[in-house]
Amino acid sequence: MNRKLLDLWVGVFVAIGIAALLFLALKVGNMSAANFVETYSLTAKFDNIGGLKVRAPVKSAGVPVGRVSEIHFDPQTYEAVVTINVDTRYRFPKDTFASILTSGLLGEQYIGLDVGGDEKMLAAGGVIAKTQSAVVLEKLISQFLFSKASDGPDKK
Amino acid sequence: MASRMLDLVAALGHRLNEKLIRLGFATRFFFMLLVYSGQSFTRLHLTIREIYFSGVLSLLIILVSGLFVGLVLGLQGYETLQRYGSSDALGVLVALSLTRELGPVVAGLLFASRAGSSVTAEIGLMKATEQLTAMDMMAVNPIARVVAPRFWGGVIAMPLLAAMFSAMGVFGGYLIGVVFIGVDEGAFWSQMQSSVDFREDIVNGVIKSFVFGVAVSLIAVFEGYDSAPTAEGVSRAITRTVVTSALAILALDFVLTSFMFRGV
Repeated sequence: MNRKLLDLWVGVFVAIGIAALLFLALKVGNMSAANFVETYSLTAKFDNIGGLKVRAPVKSAGVPVGRVSEIHFDPQTYEAVVTINVDTRYRFPKDTFASILTSGLLGEQYIGLDVGGDEKMLAAGGVIAKTQSAVVLEKLISQFLFSKASDGPDKK
Repeated sequence: MASRMLDLVAALGHRLNEKLIRLGFATRFFFMLLVYSGQSFTRLHLTIREIYFSGVLSLLIILVSGLFVGLVLGLQGYETLQRYGSSDALGVLVALSLTRELGPVVAGLLFASRAGSSVTAEIGLMKATEQLTAMDMMAVNPIARVVAPRFWGGVIAMPLLAAMFSAMGVFGGYLIGVVFIGVDEGAFWSQMQSSVDFREDIVNGVIKSFVFGVAVSLIAVFEGYDSAPTAEGVSRAITRTVVTSALAILALDFVLTSFMFRGV
């Protein structure tokens, strides 16, 4: 086979391969959407983070505005300290409320930011004071069962 | 009786010794291959020719198998997921299983049996017909002229083939899930995009396929170069290529997976 035709075929092959990689990166993966260019970090303390993972999304009004960058345990206060990276385009007031929510019944957990009315904004490295822990399904069920049981058998 | 035992021990030691010598030769061969690679890159068309033989000619089998694997994943995944009422997650299931595992592994196995075996056969036959010795006589280094281009051709072709396999598989899953069964198209793609991470999943899959490409190509050229120069020896070498490559791929896959996906 002559060399030009060979080069053509190999060129086509490599082009298809790179196209497949691009397809995987852009259409299958989240290369295009959720990479925030410039971020600043905030921390929040939770009593219980449930199943929250590093790289979980941070959403405000349902729109992704950042990602969880680090989770560690504070041995002094026995709380979980979660560091989040938020896109610099978005500023949040000081009394922003952070809660750990679940998308759908069995979906992944994320941090929801509910905006308060404070005039002052959180600076980089700021601490979100008001937080709500993850809802642990087992606790919820056991509370429900205990309250049922304490109602007594006659009230069934 | 004692001498029988002694013979047994001696035979065992002899076999172990042989295996170790082969392993040592394989390592030396690998370094020679790397050293002479620079020399072979000065004649780049040799490598391009090998990319054609091991890559372009494997295109059809890779694309068709990828499509069918994707179709099966779509069917089986939907069947299981809809029991839990989460058939929207079908895209996630198809994309993650393909980019993380099935793409690199199945493409690697196909590549070993389609391209690796033919490389072994070619080099083995060149050795059996004393072409390699003749090259040496003419002061042409057979490792630089014959072995290195085939090795690098395989190493370059393999990650591209695995990416094509994964892309085709995702398309197959889309075909079954969205077009035939009627899973919501928006949920299929958006859930996939929110769960598949570029660095964690796709780059790790490409790294895997690259490692498999190196392993399969090295095994193929080594078995060919080391084969006994007879018809039987070449056929044995081809068998060994396919068997060893398959085992190497599965074992390496386990090792790489345990490094890459610890689940944080």
